[in-house]
Amino acid sequence: MEWQPVLLSLKVALSSLIFVFIFGVAAAYSMRSFEFPGKSALEALFALPLVLPPVVTGFVLLVLIGKQGPIGQFLSESLHTQIIFTPYAAVLAATVVAFPLMYHSAKAAFEGVDSNLEDAARTLGSGSWRVFWTITMPLSWSGLVAGLVLSFARALGEFGATIMVAGNIPGKTQTIPLAIYFAAEANDLTLAGAYVLMISGITFFLIFGLNIWSKKRCGKSSVKGVF
Amino acid sequence: MKKMNTRVFVILALLVAAVFSLVGCGGEKKAPPAAQQAQTVEINVSAAVSLKDALAEIQKDYQAKNPNIKLVYNLGASGALQKQIEQGAPADIFISAAPKQMNELEAKNLINKGTRKNLVENKLVVVVPKETKLNITKYEDLTQDSVQKIALGETATVPAGQYAEQVLQKLGLWDKLKERAVYAKDVRTVLAYTETGNVEAGIVYKTDAISSDKVKIAAVAPEGSHQPIVYPIALTTGTKQQEAAEAFVEYLFSADSKAIFEKHGFVMGK
Repeated sequence: MEWQPVLLSLKVALSSLIFVFIFGVAAAYSMRSFEFPGKSALEALFALPLVLPPVVTGFVLLVLIGKQGPIGQFLSESLHTQIIFTPYAAVLAATVVAFPLMYHSAKAAFEGVDSNLEDAARTLGSGSWRVFWTITMPLSWSGLVAGLVLSFARALGEFGATIMVAGNIPGKTQTIPLAIYFAAEANDLTLAGAYVLMISGITFFLIFGLNIWSKKRCGKSSVKGVF
Repeated sequence: MKKMNTRVFVILALLVAAVFSLVGCGGEKKAPPAAQQAQTVEINVSAAVSLKDALAEIQKDYQAKNPNIKLVYNLGASGALQKQIEQGAPADIFISAAPKQMNELEAKNLINKGTRKNLVENKLVVVVPKETKLNITKYEDLTQDSVQKIALGETATVPAGQYAEQVLQKLGLWDKLKERAVYAKDVRTVLAYTETGNVEAGIVYKTDAISSDKVKIAAVAPEGSHQPIVYPIALTTGTKQQEAAEAFVEYLFSADSKAIFEKHGFVMGK
C-alpha cells in the first residue's frame, strides 16, 4: 500500500479547511447581519454544492478553471500557471463541496447566540469587530468546531468533483477516494479495502474525538444538533 | 389547537388517500398493455462504451425490425462491466473492448465459451484539439516539451489505457511520457479532456476520434505496436433469453450492422 494518497488526502482536506472556515464563517456572519435583495437566492446558491451531484460541481469547475475557461485563461495569462490537474484543483474542489456544511453549521451556531448579549456589549461601547471576537465567536465555538469536522470529513471523501478537475495522477493528484475507485476497478480488493479502512478510521476517530471533546466541554450535551 | 390538529389530520388523510388512488389508477391502466405485450423480450447487453454510437444505431434498426424485442444497453468500461457480471448484474450478452475481461469471465464460467467470437477491431490513435498549434504527426512527437499533459485510460482497468501503454513501451517513449500522463477512468473522459483543451493530446480509439468534431487524429499507432484491439462478444451463462440473444448476435454480424460499424470507424472481425 502506498502512503502517498493518504498524505495527499490529509493535505488537501486540511488546506481546503482553511478556506472553508474563512469563507463559511464570513458568509454566515454577513448573512446574519445584513439584509439585502436577493438574499434568499444567494443562500440557495450557497447550498447548491451540498445537494448537487459532485460531478456537476466538478463539471462547472472544469469549465471555469480549464485552459479555455475564464479563470483558467486568467491564470495562464497573468500568472503563467494552471491549476487544472494539480493538487490545487483538488483543494478547490474540496473547498467548494465542503463549504455548505461549514456555512450551515456556522449559521446555526450564530443563530443560537443570544442577541441580547451582543446588544449589551454594544451599549457598553464595543465595536462590531470586538463584539464578534469576544461575544459571538466564543459562544458559537462548539457549532463552528462541528462544522469544521463535518467539512473536513466531506473534503477528505471528495471524489466526483476531484476526479473531474484534478484528474487521476498517481503520486500527484490521486487522493484516497480515487485510489479506492481505481483499486476496486482493477479488482485489487485488498488494496481498496486497506484504503477504505484507512479513510473510515480517520473519519471515525475524528467524530469520536469531537464527541468526547464536546461532552467534556459542554457537560452532557453533545455538539448542538449535529451528531 | 385541537381543531387545528384535526384539520391537519384530515388533510393528511386526504393526501394519503389521493396517493393511494393514484397508485391504484396507475396499476389498472398499465395492466392491459402489459398483458398484450407479454411476449416482449428484453435483452440486456453489457457493452464497452466505445461501441455506444454504433450500437445505438443498430438498436434503432433492430427494434424496428423486431418490435417484440427490447434491447437494454449497459455501457461502461469493460473492467467495470466484467465486475458487474461477476456480481450477478443482469446481462445476456457481453461485448468487451479487450480479450482480457472476456478471458476472466470465461475462466469463471460466466460466459458461454461456444458463443464467443470477435465482433470488431479498432485502432489506437493520438488525438489533439482541433485548433491546436502543436505539430504532432507521430507518437514520437508527444515528447516535445510543449506537450505538458497527455490523457490516457487508466492502465490497469481501461483497455485503451493498456494498449496505449503497450504502444508507448514498444516505441520506447513510456518512461519519458509517464510523467505527463493523466489517467482517466474511461476513454470518453480522455476525449473530453482533449476536446476542452485541458490536455495537449490524448490516446483513444480511432472510433472515438471519429465521433468527435472537436478533435482531430494526429497519429495512428504503427501496425504491430500493440496487441490487436479486438472486441470479443459472447452470451453469458446466466442468460434467460438464449434464443433471442443468439438472434441478435447473428444480426450484429450481418451486412446491415457491418455498414454501421464501419461508418463509425471499426473494422469487422475475422
